[in-house]
Amino acid sequence: MYLNSRTLLNTQISPVLESPDFLTFYSEFKTFLHFNFKINFEKYYASIMIGQIVFIIILAAAVYLFSKNAGKIRRNILLGRDADRSDNPAERWKVMAKVALGQSKMVKRPFAAVMHFFIYVGFVIINIEVLEIMIDGIFGSHRIFSRPLGSLYGLLIGGFEVLAVLVLVACVTFLVRRNIGHLKRFSGVEMTSWPKSDANYILIIEILLMTAFLTMNAADHKLQLLNFGHYIKAGTFPVSTLLSPLLPDSSSSLEMIERSCWWFHIIGILAFLNYLPYSKHFHILLAFPNTYYSNLNPKGEFTNMASVTNEVKAMLDPSFVPPQAEVSRFGAKDVTDLTWKNLMEAYTCTECGRCTSVCPANQTGKLLSPRKIMMDTRDRVTEIGNNLDKHGKDFKDDKSLLDNYISREELWACTTCNACVDACPVNINPLEIITEMRRYMVMEESQAPASLNNMFGNVENNGAPWKYSQGDRFNWKENS
Amino acid sequence: MEHPKSEIKILTMAEMAAQGQEPEILFWVGCAGSFDERAQKITRDICKILNHVGISFAVLGTEESCTGDPAKRAGNEFLFQMQAMVNIEVLNGYNIKKIVTGCPHCFNTIKNEYPGLGGNYEVIHHSQLIQQLIDEGKLKAEGGESFKGKKITYHDPCYLGRGNNVYEAPRKALEILDAELVEMKRCKSNGLCCGAGGAQMFKEPEKGNKDINLERMTDVLESKATVVAAACPFCMTMLRDGVKHIEKEQDIQVLDIAEITVRVNGL
Repeated sequence: MYLNSRTLLNTQISPVLESPDFLTFYSEFKTFLHFNFKINFEKYYASIMIGQIVFIIILAAAVYLFSKNAGKIRRNILLGRDADRSDNPAERWKVMAKVALGQSKMVKRPFAAVMHFFIYVGFVIINIEVLEIMIDGIFGSHRIFSRPLGSLYGLLIGGFEVLAVLVLVACVTFLVRRNIGHLKRFSGVEMTSWPKSDANYILIIEILLMTAFLTMNAADHKLQLLNFGHYIKAGTFPVSTLLSPLLPDSSSSLEMIERSCWWFHIIGILAFLNYLPYSKHFHILLAFPNTYYSNLNPKGEFTNMASVTNEVKAMLDPSFVPPQAEVSRFGAKDVTDLTWKNLMEAYTCTECGRCTSVCPANQTGKLLSPRKIMMDTRDRVTEIGNNLDKHGKDFKDDKSLLDNYISREELWACTTCNACVDACPVNINPLEIITEMRRYMVMEESQAPASLNNMFGNVENNGAPWKYSQGDRFNWKENS
Repeated sequence: MEHPKSEIKILTMAEMAAQGQEPEILFWVGCAGSFDERAQKITRDICKILNHVGISFAVLGTEESCTGDPAKRAGNEFLFQMQAMVNIEVLNGYNIKKIVTGCPHCFNTIKNEYPGLGGNYEVIHHSQLIQQLIDEGKLKAEGGESFKGKKITYHDPCYLGRGNNVYEAPRKALEILDAELVEMKRCKSNGLCCGAGGAQMFKEPEKGNKDINLERMTDVLESKATVVAAACPFCMTMLRDGVKHIEKEQDIQVLDIAEITVRVNGL
């Protein structure tokens, strides 16, 4: 093996590395890096510092761990049944651009919309800064974008700082509103201690990250003024200069503060990335595919079950031969009876409670809460996923979404009014899950409330939900 | 107020077919419109409007059957599809192209859920028909009762509003009145359900602290309207029960868009 690779090196690789073409390219590349990024290639290898190694290891570990956990969520989503949402891509991109990117459904509540917009824009734009931090971390450079971007760099850093303040304002406001404000939609049976803590953790982490970012800039700026070390004059600091008086004046303390904040900020971001798969905050990623795969039909339209169509056709026409259908139950007893889209929605839900706050059943004290339907679905499919990881793919527990998570009373309280569907800022449809579970109770178990069974009987026998004779249907003509 | 019934000519599809005729439009009456006493009156009013503007129409009469909507919302897809397929057979048998319904539930079901089962028709709700007639200048607000100065509010039925994005048509029928149109706090896409949808009409509500139609009454009272306009027979029942419950029958009238149209035009 060793000999083989040695031979390979000698016969195949070395000629390439020594060829004039490669040498020209190599020297041009070095010059390019040197002029544009002040990286001295040979020196880079010679002076590779322990910090960079640590950074690369942390980054690789964070990315690996995140992909692993995101992959589990993907696996869990795909436990759902098939549903075709591949049609009409042009319309789908439009919906995604409007609803997810453009946040069009947030505006119904203007205050929350503005605050959320600060955090959203802050998150998206400050990612440019995170990219710089990543590159600096890997190459041991400092503010690598400052040279190629020139004066634009100052504008960018200044912009990031303003955004960071807006994010801070929004996060503090949200924390106060959640914990002191008594907003009704932040409570409810499903808002147990974990969902409440989760929301607070997210806000606190964001506050810490933004504080570290601004403190880092303040220290950096002070070091720039002192002409200290590699702290080249770069960036404008409209906000962090206000923090300067709070910082010490000695360059060694400043450097320590700047470095600590730099490390805290980037490790914090990577840790936050790995918190996402365990948190409702995962919506920042899934909001996009979830809106892309939105239901494009009118909200009033419920799906026609193809499996039922075949049976009804066979019943009405004995000569009809139904196509070979997959054996599955009617409706949904557990999450695996739902579609992958239902499950994606469950993982997209950020528990904002707009659905529940407009639900007529919930507002009149009934048990139903559309948010709980989504959270229960997510928790149940996560439980199944965890069981698969622990006990292998054939493991089955004796639990189900129906009864163990969602009670029948909740399901029978729904008026199918679509208020929850309309209210969701990321186009989640709790009604579809409710309907699927009703289908299971009625068609598989024959367990509908007695009065509904009467109604079914009337429709079947008299063609009307009430006990009137079909023959009297035209009497309205006379009854004036 | 009603004219002698002999003035309205209502033919069934069977009668028309026997004469070798096809109507311009089929009026799908619906179960509530056929059997519920209050809704029957609205059914006749829709006929009066059709008659007044000279649209040739017919009804299915005893050949009509439940669309299957309440069964489908309650989870009984079997019963729904049985109903749907039988109805589609009847409709296709008469070569129906265009349907007007007196109920948002029938409207939604036939328009959205029948095509997948072989029933393709142009379906409109009666509020959309009224809007079209107003736009074409065929319907006005003259010759009858005046709503001048009255405060009117409109209650959006879920399956017309959120379900199918029909918000403006019913409002159009009210805008031509010389009345003050006010919106309730929860209106249009924020509209509060009357409590009857999803087959709740046919069962007792689940345990709670209030009935949904009474919750809606707080919006009605806050709007200070003296007329609540409805466009759905189930909303009609729920709203009337609500008004009765808060003992405001003397002050607040619940009227369907079609009834209001008939009244202002003295039909």
